Amino acid sequence: MEKEMRRQVVLPWKQVVLIAYNSIRVRFFRSLITTLTLALAVAFAAFLWTGYDILNGIWEHAGEGLRERILESGYEMSGGRFGATAKDHWLAILSLIVCVVGIVNAQLMAVTERFREIGTFKCLGALNTFVVRIFVLESFYHGLIGGIAGGLTGIVVATLNLALHLGSPVLLHWPAGAVLVTLAEASGLAVLLSLLGVIYPALVAARMQPAVALRTEE
Amino acid sequence: MTQESRAHNVVRLSEVTKAFELGSNRVEALKGVNMAVRAGEYISIMGPSGSGKSTLFNMIGALDKPSSGRVFIDEVDVAQLDAYELAWLRCHKIGYIFQTFNLIQVMTAIENVTLPMIFGGMSREEYMDKGLDLLRLVGLGERYQHKPSELSGGQQQRVAIARSLANDPTIVLADEPTGNLDLTTGEEIISLLKQLSVERGVTIISATHDIKMINVSDRVVWIRDGAIERIEDREKLRISIGEVA
Repeated sequence: MEKEMRRQVVLPWKQVVLIAYNSIRVRFFRSLITTLTLALAVAFAAFLWTGYDILNGIWEHAGEGLRERILESGYEMSGGRFGATAKDHWLAILSLIVCVVGIVNAQLMAVTERFREIGTFKCLGALNTFVVRIFVLESFYHGLIGGIAGGLTGIVVATLNLALHLGSPVLLHWPAGAVLVTLAEASGLAVLLSLLGVIYPALVAARMQPAVALRTEE
Repeated sequence: MTQESRAHNVVRLSEVTKAFELGSNRVEALKGVNMAVRAGEYISIMGPSGSGKSTLFNMIGALDKPSSGRVFIDEVDVAQLDAYELAWLRCHKIGYIFQTFNLIQVMTAIENVTLPMIFGGMSREEYMDKGLDLLRLVGLGERYQHKPSELSGGQQQRVAIARSLANDPTIVLADEPTGNLDLTTGEEIISLLKQLSVERGVTIISATHDIKMINVSDRVVWIRDGAIERIEDREKLRISIGEVA
């Protein structure tokens, strides 16, 4: 009975949500840098995907003239669809690699800056998992906000870009369904990248001995 | 004699050593420390910079592991505790006060004080009430919504003291509590600590080089170069100071 009581340290998810939200709200501009990195990379991915969605969407309704213009602009078809060539895939993957590197760097810096805070948390009785939970939730918020912002930006820019080049058919046959899926995929991607970027530094920080964490200069 | 045997050892160190590897150098911060602290005592660990005070503090507070030797809190070997039990110990049994206050900068005073209570599983109503009570106790009842950046050094340390008492610990550890404070504020903090120690029967272990702490201590442990030089009781201290004056 005593043994069970001695293991009772808790951090309810409601508190994690509050603490993580508060943390971002107060460090708003600092968080903005991480969020911006995510948003930019996801914007590029969303720009590419939305472009393909739109081209695929208008292809069926396009006349000979429009189809020629599209192909002359440099867009390649593969298997009857746009966005499926090796070059297209490579472009997308490259942009994601650049993004991941940027995110990991930003998150590593963000976590290192808070070593002292983490040490204090542990002195007050926090388990390693509490610390990880808070960082994971913060990165989830970053990912969500960055993903939606970047996704919307990419979609808008792609639509305007194609509308300028190919005219009104783009707006007439705008594939809302496919674009919505792209937005969801972009947001999901941002959340995933954000989580990937934070997990390693957060684990390292959470496992430090409190005395070592507290010795860090701030 | 009867009183002593009734008061048990709340902290006991047995041949504790701690060495740090700094590059190719090996620094022995603690060289075989043996000491015991009785329940309800106000004990000060005094020594010059680099004597090993903070390292000793970290050992007693289970914030770091000794290189060899054992640390017992309530006769339980701290090295045998798993992560959950250590967290429980830091949450419920020990309160910490630091020279640099170590308040969470993004949280208000009340949020700082109630954080250990949240870990301890208290409900919101309970912990808000208790948090406000503790802040009133240290004289900061009206400043509960202020962030650390909006409080003076002395006020921040008061919040830290309130926080250290959050879960009614049996031990409060203070590492240079007056180190970043001016003379007057330092004296206020020391008397606050003594007052709380007497009122709540809490054992206070303070690592410091502030001579003002001597007046309120039951015993003083003098440490130099990682080893305990001598341990003095208050009566003996008064006599020594009298001689110097």
